Amino acid sequence: MKRFDYIRPASVPEAVAAGQQPDTAYLAAGTNLVDLMKGGVTAPARIVDITRLPGLSSIERLPDGATRVGALVRNSDLAHDAAFEKTYPMVAEALLAGASAQLRNAATVGGNLMQRTRCPYFTDAVSPCNKRAPGSGCAALGHATRIHAVEGWSEHCIATHPSDFCVPLAALDAVVEIAGPDGAREVPLTAFHHLPGDHPERETDLRPGELITALRLPPEAAAFQGRARYLKVRDRTSYAFAVVSAAAALTLEADGTIGRARLALGGLALKPWRVAEAEAALAGQAPSPEAYAKAAAAALAGAKPSGEANAFKIELARRVAVRALTLAAAGTPARIPALPASPFGIV
Amino acid sequence: MTATSTPASNLPAGAIRHGSSIGQPLTRRDGPLKVTGQARFSADNLPPGTLHAALCVARIAKGRVTGLDVAAAEAHPGVVAVMRPGNAPTLAKDPDAKDGPFTFRLDLLQNDRVRYANQPIAVVIAETLEAATEGARLLAPTYAAETPRIGLDAGEAFTPDSVGVGAPPAESEGDIEAGLAAASRTIAATYETPAQYHNAMEPHAALAQWDGDRLTLHMPTQALAMSQGRLAGLFGINPDDIHIESPYLGGGFGSKGVPAGPQVLACMAARLVGRPVKLVPTRTQMYGPMGHRGPTRQTLRLGADAAGKLTALDHHILTASSSFDDFFEPAGRATSTLYASPAIAIRHEAVRLDTGTPLFMRAPGEATGSVALESALDEMAHELGMDPLEFRLANYAEVEPLTGKPFSSKALRECYRRGAEAFGWAGRPLQPRQTRDSDGFLVGTGMGTATFPALIFEGLARAEIRADGSGTVELGAIDMGQGSWTALAQIAADGLGIGMDALTFRMGSSDLPNAGIAGGSGHTATAGGAIHAAAGDVIRQLADLATNDPASPLYGAGNAGVTAAEGRLTRRDDPGRSEAFTEILKRAGRSSIEGQGKAGADPAAQATYAMHAHGAVFAEVKVDPDLGQIRVSRLTGAFAAGRVINPRLVQSQYYGGMIWGLSFALHERAEMDPRTGRFLNDNLAEYHVPVNADVPAMEAILVHEDDAVVNALGVKGVGEIGITGTVGAIANAIWHATGVRVREMPITLDKLLG
Amino acid sequence: MTFPLRLTLNGQAREIVLDDPRVTLLDLLRERLGLTGAKKGCDRGQCGACTVLVDGRRINSCLTLAASLDGAEILTIEGLADGDRLHPVQAAFIAHDGFQCGFCTPGQIMSAVGLIREGQAGTDPERIREGMSGNLCRCGAYAGILEAVREASHDAADRTEQREDAA
Repeated sequence: MKRFDYIRPASVPEAVAAGQQPDTAYLAAGTNLVDLMKGGVTAPARIVDITRLPGLSSIERLPDGATRVGALVRNSDLAHDAAFEKTYPMVAEALLAGASAQLRNAATVGGNLMQRTRCPYFTDAVSPCNKRAPGSGCAALGHATRIHAVEGWSEHCIATHPSDFCVPLAALDAVVEIAGPDGAREVPLTAFHHLPGDHPERETDLRPGELITALRLPPEAAAFQGRARYLKVRDRTSYAFAVVSAAAALTLEADGTIGRARLALGGLALKPWRVAEAEAALAGQAPSPEAYAKAAAAALAGAKPSGEANAFKIELARRVAVRALTLAAAGTPARIPALPASPFGIV
Repeated sequence: MTATSTPASNLPAGAIRHGSSIGQPLTRRDGPLKVTGQARFSADNLPPGTLHAALCVARIAKGRVTGLDVAAAEAHPGVVAVMRPGNAPTLAKDPDAKDGPFTFRLDLLQNDRVRYANQPIAVVIAETLEAATEGARLLAPTYAAETPRIGLDAGEAFTPDSVGVGAPPAESEGDIEAGLAAASRTIAATYETPAQYHNAMEPHAALAQWDGDRLTLHMPTQALAMSQGRLAGLFGINPDDIHIESPYLGGGFGSKGVPAGPQVLACMAARLVGRPVKLVPTRTQMYGPMGHRGPTRQTLRLGADAAGKLTALDHHILTASSSFDDFFEPAGRATSTLYASPAIAIRHEAVRLDTGTPLFMRAPGEATGSVALESALDEMAHELGMDPLEFRLANYAEVEPLTGKPFSSKALRECYRRGAEAFGWAGRPLQPRQTRDSDGFLVGTGMGTATFPALIFEGLARAEIRADGSGTVELGAIDMGQGSWTALAQIAADGLGIGMDALTFRMGSSDLPNAGIAGGSGHTATAGGAIHAAAGDVIRQLADLATNDPASPLYGAGNAGVTAAEGRLTRRDDPGRSEAFTEILKRAGRSSIEGQGKAGADPAAQATYAMHAHGAVFAEVKVDPDLGQIRVSRLTGAFAAGRVINPRLVQSQYYGGMIWGLSFALHERAEMDPRTGRFLNDNLAEYHVPVNADVPAMEAILVHEDDAVVNALGVKGVGEIGITGTVGAIANAIWHATGVRVREMPITLDKLLG
Repeated sequence: MTFPLRLTLNGQAREIVLDDPRVTLLDLLRERLGLTGAKKGCDRGQCGACTVLVDGRRINSCLTLAASLDGAEILTIEGLADGDRLHPVQAAFIAHDGFQCGFCTPGQIMSAVGLIREGQAGTDPERIREGMSGNLCRCGAYAGILEAVREASHDAADRTEQREDAA
């Protein structure tokens, strides 16, 4: 690990000032940053420790029915906050399906949004990678694996985003609150992560020095609490990244038809994959396997494998979407299952 | 041979005493140290003045290192030295010289050549771990890379001289083609198993300290004396001047059977800087120079007659070794012993790849081979419309098929019966994809036969009884988790006829008598046998004193006429006549009696008998019918492995082996980029081994087996056999659940999507 | 540049001056403070062998920069037993053979202590399995680990009940 200057600012403005210096990284729990620094993937000259910043560690219900979650709230604390779990059950389930208890106890909400890809050509620190070393090429393209993208990739990058948490957040139209040199601003989560396009190195919407201060779930997100699930297919029963995942949420009208629907998929692209047409296809329909299948087909309409090894994820994602919608329609379980988000976790 | 069974699961609290230490389910004697963090593993040592070393490893798989930025590393605060070709200490022996099957070629900075990814190419030594680690990164090597050969199709197949450790590459009996022609049913199928990495939780650490030409080394090793020998050769010193401490291994699984290159590099680094050096490779750096299970592609051709008797069993194996050394996965071994057939043929071929050299990894050969064999048996049973267990019973080998030797003992029928009964095998539908549980998951069951040879190596031990009635037993035995600290002490206490409380038991140091390699599931037989002999030597001397002494109540019994227990010798013909050790020694004016003992194979018994442990494993799996995700829901194994020293520890060994089987079937696979030879998953996040949630309710049944031939103690090994039946049982259960036969391990969900 | 750290380590107040901000909590414990109970199995948050409690919560000490912990309360395996009396989780690991080689064991035990404190799993085997899945055991002692944690969770629940009855 490169030697770095360690700075511990006392306030958000101090942090932002420090964060504007070139080659600087914000440190929260470090569960991803320290890992990447150990691997030589990133080597900042300055670390700004934000873990003591005041005002970023609370979960507040706002008067309009929205919920604001401070950027430093730990994943496990958020998942186990009774009101949060009740209101946004698929978010809590996704949090508990991620990583391990130890990592969830440390990892923060803001840090989760900033997670980097697990693409082995990115993490090995030596292969050509346009994300890590812009212009060097994409080593993954000639040997795409099952981890790589089937949606939204470009000829410059086929990486995927590893977060579980972000998938239901995208489905619920979460908003990222940001402090920066030019003051505060906010960005919808669905626009926060960038698809690779011509510039895979531009991973998020953050500008130099900007700091995530909170995440806001808008008032309408609470409407889905009765019918919302996160489903994560993976190669181990626990402590594994998603092969494919889905967050599905519905409201039902008095006549039993679907009112509003939300569907976002993980493991497919560099951001949670949300397709308006898929959700639109569900609205007004009776909840049925046919309706779910149609929505799933719409969600994957533009999918294209980045290699032979990941072609299966397209059909798998359709099935995961259908299953997640089915589970959501059946109603949120009273308690998060023992195996959160697992196909074997149904209660 | 008697056959009653002792279920070790649900051990009763304060389980029955057997009147001796052997057979008791004692808890681990090293337990209190291990649960309090006081057990000192190699990397837990830090003598004053110790420097930290970090490896710089190659990020190409073939070629040369053309540059290292030594100046940048040296300029980093705290860096003391950069050891690389040019300044690395010269060795007394070419590390590529071979002098036996256990000598593996090592990369020790003697040249700029790169033979595999993650090969050490320099060592940075520094005052702190942080400085050493960053120094290694700052070396930023440049290379002249060549195209590597990666994957079983990348090389030209040849027949190796031998496979495993000295086994013939081909064996056969009978006429395969005639057997196939005579069959009413035949199948042919090809199975693949990937390269797997041991991934013991403890890295191959070494802390080396020189005093002139004397070397003190804290290093986890499965073979103390062999390690001394290897290091003595490389450094041109006397093996006795090498002192290795290895009291606890954080897992070995074969990977610590020989010193790994980085452990030797730690010794070289300590010599270079004249201070103690600690070198602990990173997890990633363990994918390369520490050995692995070689990949295989295996083709099975089976013929069977209408009654379900095999007419031909043909097993062809293609495996791989490195470009520069030999270890060939002996995947045909199970086929040579498990099933009767008039024609059996086993043939190994291999290619050479630009990887590190493969090595023995838990059940080398049997694990890989039995996946293919047990899957093929299942496929044939289905072809015949027979129950898979009935099919195996129909082809039960009464004598070892290839050699015709009788088995020294073989309670496999009882394993089948007990396992099937406990699992509830009876009534299983023959057709696949018949069963769903109440949640809609596909449910399937499968079984496999387990087998592993009962090996014994050469070993020595020393024992002593003192005038106060206490005793000591010591030898260079190894505990890598199998429980030697406990089981061997039980053998020692019984051998000396004293209680565990009166026993001082020492092991894990090269200063003690050479107890051989802890491997091949042969350590209890070897070390335990040596202990048994050493203790017997003490008791014989004690008995001589007593039975020749008219003052003793034992006078005249002759030393075969007494038994030792509870600190006393007792006449066999008259239990009323006995005398305490303390009395005998006191009267003889002796402060102690010391004995030596030795264990080793009995050539006559080996020439006459086939000696193997056996078992039967039954698995139930659940598979999501749409999503393909798999969960093993039940595993039941029944094993017969001779005498059980400690049922609690034996049960844990079976569980561990069965979990390795689960891991083999569902999880493990090292992935490499064929263009560069670099790994894509050389870490524990992406190279999967099972987590707690993957492991189901398990049962291990200890089937009673008496064996008067196999060795003095009547024990067979238990450490490896658990894998061998389990992989096939799970693969067969997945087929039974889904109707999809996956012949490429691991069985991942994408292969079941259909 | 130095970094003063005030820690409560296994109940003792400690003042530590770090000379390097790169030092992780794990390396601080093992290489600078002589507390080698927590183990380094992967150094990347992938195995759990380094698990300790920080402010009562189980975390991977290998991914935590020591400099960021000023003021924290840290409990390692060395501080768990009460003198010679083993903590119930430690005793249960021995009784149920919840380890073989013992290398992952300090991490398993600290993780189990953390799990029980979190109070989410109770004695439900499936929740315990899931909750202990951040600790790899290559020897495959998971069955014993499960039983040990169940027993200790059960005992912990009994003790809580007794305290409540007494109150």
